[in-house]
Amino acid sequence: MPAPQDEADFQARTFAYVPHADQRAPAPVRRPVVVVGAGPVGLALAIDLAQRGIPVTVLDNDDRLSTGSRAICFAKRTLEIFDRLGCGERMVAKGVSWNVGKVFLRDDLVYRFDLLPETGHERPAFVNLQQYYVEGYLAERAAQLPLVDLRWRNEVVATEPHGDHVALTIRTPDGDYRLEAGHVVACDGSRSAVRRQLGLESKGRSFRDRFLIADVRMAVDAPAERWFWFDPAFHPNQSVLLHRQPDGVWRIDFQLGWDADPEQEKQPERIIPRVKALLAHSPAMKDAAFTLEWASVYTFSCMRMAHFRHGRVLFAGDAAHGVSPFGARGANSGVQDADNLGWKLAAVVRGHAPEALLDTYAREREAAADENIRHSTRATDFITPKSAASRLFRDAVLTLAKSHPFARTLVNSGRLSTPTTLHGSPLNTPDTAPFAGTLVPGAAAADARVTRADGREAWLLRQLGGGFTALVGHDPAIEAALKDVGVDGFALDVLAIAPAPAGAALVDRDGDVARRYDLQPGSVVLLRPDAHVCARWRRPTRAQVEAALRRALAVPQEAAPCP
Amino acid sequence: MPLITDAHLEAPDDFYEALIAAHDGLDEARSHALNARLVLLLANHIGSLDVLREALAAARSGAPEADAP
Repeated sequence: MPAPQDEADFQARTFAYVPHADQRAPAPVRRPVVVVGAGPVGLALAIDLAQRGIPVTVLDNDDRLSTGSRAICFAKRTLEIFDRLGCGERMVAKGVSWNVGKVFLRDDLVYRFDLLPETGHERPAFVNLQQYYVEGYLAERAAQLPLVDLRWRNEVVATEPHGDHVALTIRTPDGDYRLEAGHVVACDGSRSAVRRQLGLESKGRSFRDRFLIADVRMAVDAPAERWFWFDPAFHPNQSVLLHRQPDGVWRIDFQLGWDADPEQEKQPERIIPRVKALLAHSPAMKDAAFTLEWASVYTFSCMRMAHFRHGRVLFAGDAAHGVSPFGARGANSGVQDADNLGWKLAAVVRGHAPEALLDTYAREREAAADENIRHSTRATDFITPKSAASRLFRDAVLTLAKSHPFARTLVNSGRLSTPTTLHGSPLNTPDTAPFAGTLVPGAAAADARVTRADGREAWLLRQLGGGFTALVGHDPAIEAALKDVGVDGFALDVLAIAPAPAGAALVDRDGDVARRYDLQPGSVVLLRPDAHVCARWRRPTRAQVEAALRRALAVPQEAAPCP
Repeated sequence: MPLITDAHLEAPDDFYEALIAAHDGLDEARSHALNARLVLLLANHIGSLDVLREALAAARSGAPEADAP
């Protein structure tokens, strides 16, 4: 996909409202899947469903992209998902890649971390990219897919669940119309209209603190790193976070405290002195001219819905759960929701898996939300201590961190988003043999450099199709046993991996596959369509692999035909 | 290994004297800060989360307000 030559006014783009024939239909038209909300989560899900052959209708109440940088930090796992959705390269090419974070106490560096200290990964730990680029690139990718029917300025004003469908009332510039959906996925943000219309709530804990976000355009040469200050001289007693973005734009988050007046703090005459003070502290930045692009004052909560599935209505992203910004766990976890749900919903709509598979979406992603909320709450408690004792220990940690390595592990300026390992998922087949490493059942697949049989250098994750894949430590007998294995609707892709060229096998040129997966000759690691490990064996039988496939599709084992 | 609450100090009186001396000349805020750093250093030396939780529970049960329901 060629990038437009000029993206200078990208954020200002609008999308045309186009009346749809459904609006004039004499009776409500039935659509298999309706996604509400064309943000990063809804668009990712729509693209995934369309790539799986499922027609999908996307309704968005607006006709424009998000304002300001917002989510900004997109994690490695999200980029790998975007690769599968056909738009990762563009995100990475535009974004500012980074792996290193630095934490300062007053003016001293106390801690430096590298989120990706090893080679053998195509994608960086993070790219910084304004959310409007992410949404715009996803929208343009969706527009290439005939199965995505994206309707701007279509606002859902009523949601009524029925036995075999959900009835939606939709408001457009041409008036209201009704639609019936086989399934609805609400990706309509923290103030989800669908959630409210069903009388449901997202509950949790609000934090009594305010933060100013400023997007500042300036010509400054500084490394692409995440810089976090506790109690800097230029903004005493509070924290400050600095990120570099594309287009010469910098994102600064200033902690303001609960007593700050959000309206006053949004005024340029209040923001400009804060930015000048930050720049003045650094010899490299002190004379930089800057202009203010966008600013906002925010508060936040850590919350989630009790259940992400309500019959034929599913909730994803901020509609289902909310976290503090520290750790970049909002949009990144929402895209993981979409990644988890896409293949499951496609299998259910096609009749290849029971509705129970959708319950595993809820279960897996509710647990992921709990993990994200736990990390986010801990970071927030460190950054914004809630009691005198909490403040005392926070300051003690920061003081010790400079000279005592152990204390650096306690410094928490946000534990940055990594994919959730789906421990305890009912879709996992428990191990029957010992394996080393972190790629346990439930873990997201790790990347590695490989050489293809045609001699071309490639990345392991790029070799995965959209279905189930067996990574096999090259062994002709095991590969023969797994030939043409499949269950209803899913043929198993077998990817043989060898330490040296051997027939059609991928060559593990740096040994990373063997090391990361503990893959020995004859070992098999079964990956789900969302590239999570769901089973692994040393030398499995065909029947064991078939049983694991059925289990990963929530198909009752007793209903399976005899082998 | 559970938290050791039987006598284990090599030289109890010497330790106690050193603990008090470490606070010499500090005002209350600085003494609190020293104690916090000391807790963190000792916790890292112990390492085991189970032992640390036992120690936290034992310390909390000695606090007067902890007896209230």
